[in-house]
Parts: sequence; structure tokens; C-alpha cells
Amino acid sequence: MHIVVCIKQVPDSAQIRVHPVTNTIMRQGVPAIVNPYDLFALEEALRLKDRFGGRVTALCMGPPQAEESLRKCVSFGATDAILVTDRAFAGADTLATSYALAAAIRKIGAEQAVDLVFTGKQTIDGDTAQVGPGVAKRLGMNLLTYVSRIDAVDLDTRRLTVERRAEGGVQRLDTTLPALITMLEGTNEMRFASLDDMLRAGRFHVRKWNKEDAGIEDLGKIGLKGSPTIVSKVFGPTPRSEKADMQIVADTSVQDVTINLIQKLFTKHPLLEEQLVERLSA
Amino acid sequence: MSEAAKPAPKAAGRAGRNTELPEHLKSYKGVWVFIEHDRGQVNPVSWELMGEARKLADTLKVDVAGVLLGGPDEPLDAFAKEAYAYGADRCYLMRDPVLKGYRNEPFTKGLTDLVNTHQPEIMLLGASAMGRDLAGSVATTLGTGLTADCTELNIDGRALAATRPTFGGSLLCTIMTLAYRPQMATVRPRVMSLPRRDDSRSGDIVEMPLGMIETDVVTKLLEFIPDASRNTVNLAYADVIVSGGKGLKKAENFQLVWELARVLGAEVGATRAVVQAGWADAERQVGQTGKTVRPKLYIAAGISGAIQHRVGMEGSDVIIAINTDPNAPIFDVAHFGIVGNAMQVLPSLTQAMRTHLDKRIRKTA
Amino acid sequence: MPEQFDAIVVGAGPSGNTAAYTMAKAGLKVLQIERGEYPGSKNVQGAILYADALEKIIPEFRDDAPLERHVIEQRVWVMDDQSFVGTHFRSEDYNKPPYNRYTIIRAQFDKWFSTKVREAGALLICETTVSELIMDGDTVRGVRCDRGGGEVYADVVILADGVNSTLARKAGFHGELPAQNVALAVKEILFMPEETIQARFNIGEEEGVVIELMGTVTEGMVGTGFLYTNKDSLTIGVGCMLSDFKANPNRTKPYELLEKLKRHPSIAPLIAGGEMKEYCAHLIPEGGFHAIPKVFGDGWMIVGDSGGFVNAAHREGSNLAMTTGRLAAETVIAAKAAGKAMSARTLKAYKDALDESFVMKDLHKYRDMPQVLHSSPQFFNTYPGLLTGAAKTLFTVDGVDKKTKERQIFGSFKAARRWSGLFSDAFKLLRAFR
Repeated sequence: MHIVVCIKQVPDSAQIRVHPVTNTIMRQGVPAIVNPYDLFALEEALRLKDRFGGRVTALCMGPPQAEESLRKCVSFGATDAILVTDRAFAGADTLATSYALAAAIRKIGAEQAVDLVFTGKQTIDGDTAQVGPGVAKRLGMNLLTYVSRIDAVDLDTRRLTVERRAEGGVQRLDTTLPALITMLEGTNEMRFASLDDMLRAGRFHVRKWNKEDAGIEDLGKIGLKGSPTIVSKVFGPTPRSEKADMQIVADTSVQDVTINLIQKLFTKHPLLEEQLVERLSA
Repeated sequence: MSEAAKPAPKAAGRAGRNTELPEHLKSYKGVWVFIEHDRGQVNPVSWELMGEARKLADTLKVDVAGVLLGGPDEPLDAFAKEAYAYGADRCYLMRDPVLKGYRNEPFTKGLTDLVNTHQPEIMLLGASAMGRDLAGSVATTLGTGLTADCTELNIDGRALAATRPTFGGSLLCTIMTLAYRPQMATVRPRVMSLPRRDDSRSGDIVEMPLGMIETDVVTKLLEFIPDASRNTVNLAYADVIVSGGKGLKKAENFQLVWELARVLGAEVGATRAVVQAGWADAERQVGQTGKTVRPKLYIAAGISGAIQHRVGMEGSDVIIAINTDPNAPIFDVAHFGIVGNAMQVLPSLTQAMRTHLDKRIRKTA
Repeated sequence: MPEQFDAIVVGAGPSGNTAAYTMAKAGLKVLQIERGEYPGSKNVQGAILYADALEKIIPEFRDDAPLERHVIEQRVWVMDDQSFVGTHFRSEDYNKPPYNRYTIIRAQFDKWFSTKVREAGALLICETTVSELIMDGDTVRGVRCDRGGGEVYADVVILADGVNSTLARKAGFHGELPAQNVALAVKEILFMPEETIQARFNIGEEEGVVIELMGTVTEGMVGTGFLYTNKDSLTIGVGCMLSDFKANPNRTKPYELLEKLKRHPSIAPLIAGGEMKEYCAHLIPEGGFHAIPKVFGDGWMIVGDSGGFVNAAHREGSNLAMTTGRLAAETVIAAKAAGKAMSARTLKAYKDALDESFVMKDLHKYRDMPQVLHSSPQFFNTYPGLLTGAAKTLFTVDGVDKKTKERQIFGSFKAARRWSGLFSDAFKLLRAFR
């Protein structure tokens, strides 16, 4: 079995702050991490490898420093890791990214046929959840998004059964390989790598592919050129002019504060009071 | 716009990108909304989008159309009538047994065929599980631009300007698809408000065959397992929400949130940190990776108001915040603020509300 | 089969990185184990980089190391609540390359250094904690980590695991770190445009100022503060002996001291408008010479903060860390080349090298400082006021004749400390600095 897991290295967005005056993004010292959603995908892929044997190749399109994230994937147990990195990929939106990743996966498949591609549900910096579906479409792979569980994989009959989270319930879907799965978060727990895995990862030679190595045929489809979406501006949200009506408990007493609040609230919003009363009387 | 006056864009242009709409795409007109439905119900996000579509179309002076794909015995005509009530002028329909129950392959083909035939300039989908699954596949097939999770949609010139949060939500960015059509965008439920219904409105239907048979479709739906009925947390549509954050310090204290919620007949919400700590179910998470809510009243107790939470609730009509830190960012969006310990304020507020509302209820009784 | 290395370095801070780099560069098979997410993630420092120490390790570090500003001006302030008396030294000589001191951001610097370590051929693993040393009698044979199959062996283990090191303690090499031998310091990094920093501190692009300060801000506790200029941020911090914090009747917390410092009328204008983007606290071993434990044995050596190698009087720690790391590495390299086993007898050469170097010489010189300061809170709560009072009297022109002013100044000193006190204080200082 050969599984490709697509990962992305992202800034830990919880730590990014915006300077209130200059509106510049303070990225200093913000560590780069493997997109947390991707780890669920990787763990699921590794579990299948444990069950069926075979290889897991971690793939990432990114700047040179993304090598660290791929190395991390190797430490968890990925067999191989490939970084697709080239200045020509810079500025890619999701369409250009899925084009590049699909080309790379085709190249990887030429070495050994790919049965499954895993991606995370979305990235914490882009949030679009578009690259997985994009790659599936380009490779002609069956797409299964928001997968919460893999019920069965049969390499002989090439059938795959999964559970997928939909609105109000779970779908049980059956399809054939090759397929692309975007994995839901919280579906598994990432394993704790052994010392041997860590040593192996530390020594591992992450393959680096430029655009030729990745098999990019149409340069007009990658990077900035291949991105239909353009960011026309970036701006800070306009702060609200009206300030909150503040009360400080320490100044008076909790009782006074809450009674005050209720009074002010319902004086300013009589309709709200009516609606609350109505609902509670019902 | 000065764009037209620029020389051949491919040569000089902005970093070599084509920002000029090619001639053959200029005839694409109309704003479409993919109407998402399942087991006899339309996902309200489709109607929220219909309202937005109407505003965009009015600016562009074009029509709004809903797109309905479904099985032959699904109430698509009834849905179409609703679509007109919410602002559509037309509905494009595809009826086929293969389209009963959402699957990526037939829906992607159906929607793509409709787009290629009828050529809308803008297409909107809800950012639900179905919408995101479908939008990415369709955008890739059409080779066009897709902007996800937009918080605002406007027209700039003749093009769609889609605004969304970026860098973890601390900044906003406006994204445009200038040289490709249709311009696609997804919007999360409850980010836009539901438009007013006008049942006097009507429209026409244009049907198109799917052109696929069941054996063409590889993925089969084996069964659908609905969520247990106890899981009916309807946070996204709740009118009153009381939410708790890590400022409550201990799991036991979260009980205070439930008590106030009970007195107000409210739903209970939570921050991501609280959900991760196991104090509340994931379905109660409000925020960027949780639910967006637009209640009439939102009470935030012990919540600092980091941007990832704020983007999920700042559309609330009235926001009351309780926090020990007077500089907590939650006070930037709150209408009423209390600087104090939530563990003290919540019980006091619960008691005071109970007394006040009881009095009012007895008066009206 | 557990692997065998020439050397295992526990920790990827300045001392660990230096040791690993030097040995790897000499062709040894080195494994470096860091418990943080990435090298530097657990480190906290002011931070000043002493170029001299680093030049001996990576001579061309200036090519690509992340350096903030090179220091051209040193200010030392003695502060009371309203004022300060300061000594400034600034020289154009400091503007002539190669520069002697730089301000750096610790975490970024460690990351860079770590890249060099790996380029030199050392194998680094992170997010892995060494839980204990593998002993064979008194000889260290390797380490045991918190991961599955976590045993790995080496001819020598170099402990560079910082002030909080438990490994040496567990192995019985030394006892618990007492509160009077360690300081607790807190610091913040405040973001501010380059131009503002340059205007406020009277420096140009890439030039930097270092302010070391002490005084009433530490409420009589033995401690100092600092304010450094980085490229587009300021680092401000303060720290006191942990034993003093514990004994303080006001129970003042470190961050409260920092807030006080930030509000000081001479400090506040310098940091106004700065936006805090980092806050951290750390322990600093400040026991000095007398607190240095045994630093070598059969199959092991200790470098950096783990060995207490900090010259608190001059706020030097990272250069001692790097130097001890280098000397340890050189000892190992020499032993390997001569085919010697890493026994205590062989590794004694490390201690000898330390004694020959400025490391032990400086520590020895200031060996009495901790004790003297500890028993003399007057230096922190009385003298600042006397000095500022004296300066105020001297510099205020108010019709009082100068002779009277002189007498007033002497009188104030005498009143506060009495002749006996003044003499004994002078003697104490002499002892401390000798």
C-alpha cells in the first residue's frame, strides 16, 4: 500500500499578533508548526500502514524551512518525505497549490502507484479546505471529505468504506481506490514517536523537488501566475467607535453591578426584555 | 477602470498575472446561489446567501438564480418557491435519481455543466460540509477562483470583492477573481443575516438533465446515521447564548454558565479552550473553528475575547462581557462590560435576572 | 540495538550548541538531545552576545547570525524611586568592526546556532527529555529518554541542561540548588519602531545601548535590572535572589517589580508606546564560585548554567556558557585523538582548562560577592538614595554655598550609615570585587 499525506507548514496562528499602530503582522519568533489538522491525516495514514504494510510518503509544497515539518512527519513514522520547493510556487492560491501538489503526486505515483492521498480538513492559516478537493479532482481520485472513520480497506477488491461527517449525522460511503481523504480533527490521537524514530528523522534526507522535479508541465498554472484569486488589500478591522458601558465590581458590590446592568440593559433594549419574557412564559 | 487602458497584461502586468477579464468571459452574467438541502430541508445558509446575492445582483443589475440538484421525489419545486420568496428570479434544476443524497461526483458534474451552459458571473455556496466539499471540486474543474469563509461580499467596479479574515483573524483581506469566471465564494452559516421573505415574488424554472447514470458513480451511500436526538444543540440559531471561557478556572464553575442559561432560556456556548479542556461539548464551541452565532443577547463570562472567538460572536445584537481584566479584548466588542470575577458575577446575575423576569412574567400573566 | 555515539550533549542552549558544534566539526559522532520543541524554546536571556566567546567557535558568525544591534554605549544606573545616578560609557571605538557585543533575541539566535550545529554533522532530536543517566557504578555510559526504546550510549555525556537540571542531581553529582544560589528574573520584550528607539537612545541604525540598573526598585532584595535596545524592540527585565523573594515580608512578586521598574519616571518615557510581545521568567544560577559543583567525572562533564557558570556581577552568563562548552568539547576531542578513555582522570583536563581561563578566574575574583551583597541590603535600599541625594544637592543651584552643600552630603552619608557603617561597607565592596 502506498499512501501520500499532504501537509503544510503554517505559522502558529494563535501566536501571531497585529501591531495596533502600524497594522503589521508581528511574526517575530512565531514558531512554524505542522498544520494541526494534517496530523490527524498523518496518524490515520500511519495506522493503515501498520495494518497493511507499505509506505507513507509525506509531501509538502512550501519554502525551504518547511523541511522541518516533513522531518517531524518522518519522526512519527512516515517512510519518505518530499519537499516541493521553488520560487516559482510563491504566491500560489488554492488552485495553483492543488495543481502543483497533483503534479508531484503523479510523479510520486510513477515511482510506486499511490492508493490513497490524505490531507487535513483545512489549514489554520488559510481555512479554505479547498486544496484537498482540488487535488482529488485533478488526479481523478474519488473524494471523501470530513472523514471521521475508516471502516474498511480492501486492497484486493480496491474498495474503501468510510464514515463521513455531514449535517445532522454521519454518512457511510463506499468507493474505490485510488481515493483522496480529508480527515476530520479529533478522530485519532497522534502516536508518541520512539527514540529510534527520532534518530531516524534527525538523519533523514528530505528530498527536495523544484518545479522540474515535481513534473510541472504548465508554468502558467503555478505560483502567482496560476492563481485566479488576488488579494487586493489587507487591512485591520475598524475598531468600534462606541465603547462598552463598563462597571467595576471592586468599586461597589456585585449585587449593585448586576442590578444596574439589568436596569440599563432592559431600558436600552425593551424589545429584548419582552422577547425573553415571552419565551420564558411559553 | 484604468485596467482596460493597460497594455497587454501578460507582458508587464502585476507580477506577470492576468488581471484583465478575457473577452469570452465578459458575457457571464448573473449571481447564483447553490441551494443546499438534505432530507427535505433547505439549509438556512442558502437563504442567507440568497439575501446577499440579491444585493449583489441589484448593484450589477442582473438576475439572481438558485441552483437545485436532487432526486425526482425531493420537493425541489417547493424549494424553488422559497428561493423566489428570498429573492431569486430563477431556479436552475437538475432532477435525477443519481442526485438523491449528496455525493461529490454527480453534484460536481451537475453544477459544472449548469455553469458552463448558463454562465453566471458569481456563484455562492454555504461553507457547510457539503458546500466546501462541492465548491473545491467545482472551482478546480472550472479552473476558477474560490474564496472561502467570506464575512463580507461587495461589488467593486463590476467584480466581486470578497472579504475574509486572515492571519488567524487578526486582519481582514479582500480577495478578487479578476480574470476568471464564475467568481466563487463560500460563506459560513449565520455570518450573513436572513433576508426578509416576500411570498408574493415568483420566478421561472430552467431544467437540465444530469447526463449520468448510477453505474457512472463510483461512490455509493451505504447508509445515513442521524445524530442521536439528544445532540440537538442549536447554537447557531439560538436567540440567547451564555458562554463561558477559561476565566472560570475550573470545570465545576462552568455549572454557573448553565444556571444563568437556564434562567434566561438560553443556549450554552463555550470557547475552544474550554472545549479542549473537556468542560463542554465540541458542538458548543463558538468561534472561528467552531460556530458563528448571531443571537439577540450574548453573555461572555470569563472569556478574554481573542480574535478567534470574537469572529464567531461579534454579530450578536447585544453583548455583555464579564472579565477580571479591564483590558481584555472582549470589551472591545461588548456593549456592556463588567470588570469582576465571573464566579461571583454569574450567580448574582442569575439571581437578579430570575427575580426581575419573574416579576415581569407575573405582571403579564 | 541501542546506538553508541562518541558524545551525547543534553540541551541545545548556548553551552550545549557550542559543545555539539565543536565536537561535530572535529568529526566526532555527536547526538544532541533537547527537551523543548526547538532549540531555544526553553531558553530565556536578556540577551547580550559576547562576540569574543563566539568568535573562538564560529569565527564567521557575523555573516549570517541574527544580530540585533552592536553595543556602542553602556549605562550603569543606581536608582531610587524618583531619580538615578548613572555612569555612561560610549565610544566610537565600539563602532569599529569587528564589534565586541551585540544585543540578540535569544530564541532566534539559538535556532541559528542549532542550524550550524546540524550542518557541522551533529544529530539533533527535540521534544525529547533525558530522564536519567545510565550509570555503570560511577561511570556514565549513556542516557535514558522518555521515548520508547529510549536508551542510547556514548563515551561521554555532556550535561548542558540548564539551571533547572535534575540529571546531575539524580545521579548524585551534586545536591539541590539552594534558593540563595539562584535568582529569579522576569523580562518583557516591547515592540517599538526602529526610529523611535534610535531617537530615544541617541543611537543610529544598528547601534545599541545597554543599561544595567540597580536600586530601590528591588525593595532591598539583592538584584539588578536591565534595559537593552534590539532592532525594533526593547528588552526590559529585573531579577532578584530567590531566597530574597521568599524572605520578603511584602511577598512582592517578580512581575510586580518589573511593573514598578517600568513605571519609574526615568524608565517610563524610554519605553512609552512599546507593545509587549513576549513575557518570560527564568532562573539564573548566581551562587558564584562557591556554588560551582563538581563538573566532571567518569564519562561526564557539566557545562553552562547547569554548572552555575554565571558571573552575576558583570551579568555575564552566555559567554561563560559558550566558553565552558568549547573547553569541554576540546577536552573530548583531545582525549579521542590520544585514544584515551573518558575517565575522570582524562576529563580533569576540562577543569584545568577552566581554571586557566577567564571563566574560573572571574568567578574566583567575585567569589565573595554573593555573600557580601546578601548580608548588605543597604547597598540596595540606602545607598541609592544617598547617591541621588548627593547628586541632587550638588547639582541644584539654590543659593546655598558649596561648602555647606559638601557638608550636607557627607552629613547625609554619616547619618545614614555612621562612620563605622561607611567603613565596613567600603571594606565589604572591596572584598566583593577583589
